[in-house]
Amino acid sequence: MKKGTIKQILLITDGCSNQGEDPASISSIAYQQGISVNVIGVLEDDDSEQPEGLEEVEDISSAGGGVSRIVYAQALSQTVQMVTKQAMTQTLQGVVNQELQQILGDEKSMEDLPPEKRGEVMEVVEDLGETSDLEVLILVDTSASMSPKLATVKESLEDLSLSLNARTGKNRFAIYSFPGKKQPVNEIMPWTNKLQNISSVFPKLTSGGITPTGPALKEAIHHFQSTPKLEGWSSENGDIYEETGF
Amino acid sequence: MGISTKKPVFNLRPGTKIRGKWHQNTYQIVKVLGSGAIGTVYLALYNQRSVALKISHQPSAITTEVNVLKAFEKAQGKRLGPSLIDVDDWVPKQADSYSFYVMEYLKGQSLNSFIQQKGDDWLGIMMIQLLGDLHQLHQIGWVFGDLKPENLIVTHSPSRLRWIDVGGTTKQGRAIKEYTEFYDRGYWELGSRKADPAYDLFAVAMVMIQVYYPDRFDKGHQPYQTLMNKIKANQQLRSYRTCLEKALRGQYSSSAQMQKELAQKIAEKRKQPIPRSQPSAATSKQKSYTSVQQKSSPPKWLESLGIATVTGVLYVFYLLLQVISTF
Repeated sequence: MKKGTIKQILLITDGCSNQGEDPASISSIAYQQGISVNVIGVLEDDDSEQPEGLEEVEDISSAGGGVSRIVYAQALSQTVQMVTKQAMTQTLQGVVNQELQQILGDEKSMEDLPPEKRGEVMEVVEDLGETSDLEVLILVDTSASMSPKLATVKESLEDLSLSLNARTGKNRFAIYSFPGKKQPVNEIMPWTNKLQNISSVFPKLTSGGITPTGPALKEAIHHFQSTPKLEGWSSENGDIYEETGF
Repeated sequence: MGISTKKPVFNLRPGTKIRGKWHQNTYQIVKVLGSGAIGTVYLALYNQRSVALKISHQPSAITTEVNVLKAFEKAQGKRLGPSLIDVDDWVPKQADSYSFYVMEYLKGQSLNSFIQQKGDDWLGIMMIQLLGDLHQLHQIGWVFGDLKPENLIVTHSPSRLRWIDVGGTTKQGRAIKEYTEFYDRGYWELGSRKADPAYDLFAVAMVMIQVYYPDRFDKGHQPYQTLMNKIKANQQLRSYRTCLEKALRGQYSSSAQMQKELAQKIAEKRKQPIPRSQPSAATSKQKSYTSVQQKSSPPKWLESLGIATVTGVLYVFYLLLQVISTF
């Protein structure tokens, strides 16, 4: 199987979107463009386990073919890397299942194989997870309520870079924050191979109470360098796993 | 771990019968043994026999772990993980499917409670065992990864440290599959998360440290210095200092090398009495290396430690002989 690039948006937020397009619908557009959308909802320390407002977190990720988790800030580091890796496996399994369907006929996926035969398929998925290139655009909500958590977010992103750079495949990361001053998102860090010493670039000051998650996601899609220029929002045959010539 | 929007862990009531879709074996749930990010492990009955059953919503995760257990079975010599009994799917209702695997049920106690009960000397012995097993694992090209007390158990007669969860086991050269911050060298800023033998040896040192700091601690601004301070502040850990230091810095190239040096430390430790408020210099000078003499005229400090320690001492020498004979 060819080596390819996996594209992901990782949205870190603590609240409900309250301005602009419905983020779940933008997320499904991203998925069509071959970008999966993962969401981490960050809880306040005194929050109960399932506060209102964070309900849309799962809607956004399921529309975007990704993974979501709701956690307290302390668990952010482990969660960020778990979500990213799990979403990679999910994407790759989708690709492998497609191949299986071609070999075994319709309606066949790994789960339809007897347990004895799954091992080899899973080894292929793992090999791909280790060697595929990965592009992650991190979209951080920097509205006022997030500001005490930003130090933790920063740490967890450096940690993510450490985890992913242990892989054989190449990684590229970019960080954007929202809401921006005049545009939907602010560039914090352009595409780079490693996230180190990002404290200097991380915004200290945050904006008011608006959370335009939908517009921010929409803007983020445009920042994937390897995504071909879009001719509108109607493309339907986007391939989640873009194969590069090898 | 945090709260998931999807529920990865679910509750199976005691008495629930799980019948595999493919192999048609039936397992009766007894109780929960533990649960993690991937799934839940239950004690279950199969033909009147106790087994451990790990069940999950994620068939891919189950398959990955089964692959590891199968690789262990191919390893020569003593068994590394629990042995694998069955792999199957459970479909209680349509469109509601789980994957599970069944393994040997290892009954025992946690490392920390064992050390508390039997005495500090047993920590060294258990670590020598662990390093021996790790050496075997490393030789077949794997790294344990998520090495922590929760994934270890001490089984009895004879006392033996066994692995109960192999979910983090990773092929060498790849990115560590699963880890726990406190035992992860990346978190302590002392290395990468690429699977190599030294990754496990770092975790061995942290397992030793947590025995004396069971509540764990934060890394602070200078993680390595924090660790050194904790080691210096504890008498037991201090006696293994150089060994721990090398493991934390990644200076051991193999598990066998650390095992050998740790065995030396244990031998030195045996020669020096644990300082008391009134140290008796005379007995410490006469301390002999052979177990026979120690047995015939036990020094005062040893008396107080009781017979369990004597057994421990003999066992250490037995292990030392084993280790030395392999080099």
